Amino acid sequence: MRLSLAEALRMAIHDEMKRDSSVFCIGEDIGISGGYGGAFTVTLGLEKDFRERIVDTPISEIAIFGVACGAAMMGMRPIADVEYGDFLFCAMDQIVNQIAKVRYMSGGKLKVPVVMRAPVGVTGRGAQHAQNLETYFLSCPGIKLVAPATAYDAVGLLRAAVRDDDPVMIFEHKLLYGSKGPRQENGVLDASSEIPEEDYIVPIGKGIIRREGSSVTLIGSLMMMHYSLIAAEILAKEGIDCEVIDPRTLWPLDTELIFSSVMKTGRVAIVEESPKQGGIGAEIGMQIAENISDYLLAPIKRITAPNTPVPFAPVMENFYVPQPERIAAEVKKMIEEN
Amino acid sequence: MNYNKVIEELGREKLITMYRQMVTIRQLEESIKYLFLEGKMPGTIHQYTGMEACAVGVCAALFKEDIIASTHRPNGHAIAKGLSLKSILAELYGKKTGCSKGKGGAMHIGNIDKGMINGNAVVGANIPITVGIALAFKLKKEKRVAVSFFGDGATNEGAFHEGLNMAAVNNVPVIFVCENNQYGASTSIKKVIKIENIVERSKAYGMRGDTGDGMDVLDVYCKTKEAVELARSGQGPTLLELKTFRYCGHSRKDPNNYMSNEEKEYWKKKDSIIFFEKILKKKKVLNKEKINQIEKMVEEEIAEAIKYGQEAPEPKPEETYEDVYINMEVPK
Repeated sequence: MRLSLAEALRMAIHDEMKRDSSVFCIGEDIGISGGYGGAFTVTLGLEKDFRERIVDTPISEIAIFGVACGAAMMGMRPIADVEYGDFLFCAMDQIVNQIAKVRYMSGGKLKVPVVMRAPVGVTGRGAQHAQNLETYFLSCPGIKLVAPATAYDAVGLLRAAVRDDDPVMIFEHKLLYGSKGPRQENGVLDASSEIPEEDYIVPIGKGIIRREGSSVTLIGSLMMMHYSLIAAEILAKEGIDCEVIDPRTLWPLDTELIFSSVMKTGRVAIVEESPKQGGIGAEIGMQIAENISDYLLAPIKRITAPNTPVPFAPVMENFYVPQPERIAAEVKKMIEEN
Repeated sequence: MNYNKVIEELGREKLITMYRQMVTIRQLEESIKYLFLEGKMPGTIHQYTGMEACAVGVCAALFKEDIIASTHRPNGHAIAKGLSLKSILAELYGKKTGCSKGKGGAMHIGNIDKGMINGNAVVGANIPITVGIALAFKLKKEKRVAVSFFGDGATNEGAFHEGLNMAAVNNVPVIFVCENNQYGASTSIKKVIKIENIVERSKAYGMRGDTGDGMDVLDVYCKTKEAVELARSGQGPTLLELKTFRYCGHSRKDPNNYMSNEEKEYWKKKDSIIFFEKILKKKKVLNKEKINQIEKMVEEEIAEAIKYGQEAPEPKPEETYEDVYINMEVPK
């Protein structure tokens, strides 16, 4: 069965709710009859089968994440949803001071298996409906971070997240959902997959090689994984053989996979849809520098958005997001110089 | 307030337990203050002295399986919900046998096995969490209730407003207990809200509101019991404002110079322990001899717990890495 990423998530959430009566969804506009099923159709129609466990809320992010935290302490498995990841900042205390630390502060007595779903990505909406927020949570011990770039991984990681006893945040890219109807986006990329019948999971902490190559390792998540693959095809025509790694989990990082690839190619570029300052590339790059710098043939490269808020004007937005052509050009330059 | 009725309802044994808990809280806080000021105890302190009737009266109206959530000032709630003195003292000393294995400290006292999640050091933050606890009870069709304790200062936090509204619209079994001790740290509540009574805010959420005398443990018990019965039977949440006073500073060495002497004297005349003693003596539940006996027993218990806390084993430094995740080691 071929499903878009949004359809795949919907199916996975439905199956988890059916399998385990402690799973419930909480969020804004998620189960309103005649509504959209969250901002991007992921929960569309689930209220028909699970009215009690699709908890529609006021626009009230502190309460959504606080309620998720408290319910999880009592053995429930909430899936909390914000319409745009940017709104996580409204609930930062509940996420960072509470959800991430409850287990630790209780000496391991409490657990909070909360799943937090956050749509991210630059999509023609200016600065506050557009951020890639992964890096803000990368410096927060206590939360696992996953980022599925395909429908197959979305199902596998959602299942793994719901069944995990620790809090997990899932970053979902708005241009990869494949949302249909009035919630359809412009500039989308096809992230649909054949979804097998069996009950598989994608383990948290395991990345994947999306394209094998020998000249250079490109590391990118979500949209940047897809753009890296396009860039790799451009570079292949010029005889540059890229390996593309999709980390899939951003914390804990699959350093084993990353290191083995970089040790093979000797060159690495980390591609990010967010600013360079304090980014994922800084973390991955330093891990490489600390552990396997002897294998590097060229300095570690970061290909990122500029250190600015996300602009609106389409020409500026195109400039902001690393486009496949820019990724290819920067990688080519890196190889020519080293 | 019909004291005869409530005294009969609670019975001799429970009344004495409540009295003893109040004395324990008072003496515990006095001992902690002494140890902290002498520099013998690490960390920080936020004391509950003066407010004993609130924690004890509320918890007397709960079952063991009901859950309470506390603040940065958790000692009174912990005693009232049945945490052992030893587990509290060991935690205050940062020891392995503390209620949070030394990872929580003075502001995060709690023990879920006793029905108390760990104290929360972010003002107001436990309010939406308690709503979630109550939502879990509702979804699981369990007849339990959740209680959130917070101070007057918390009622200007977004978490208070979002939490109360969320509780009201979902009709969950929760009681919001506002211990209005008149001050948020050094700031008088009168300076930061324009209404006379915090309980008025319940109306804004279509929620039942009630007020109790936070210096009268039996009044607190009765008001809580009513709210708990409504919540437990699916009739929704209550905001219960308890008027009370803290005899001490906000924290550490704060000499509470921002409180006037008249104000301090006014509240000390209403002292909850003296008031309760009078009632219990009048109703022949306690006499002078029995009171002395209780005070002495509590003194000994606390001394024993302090000794236990001081002598308990330290955690290993490497235990820092434990209890972050359940099924994964901390990446280094």
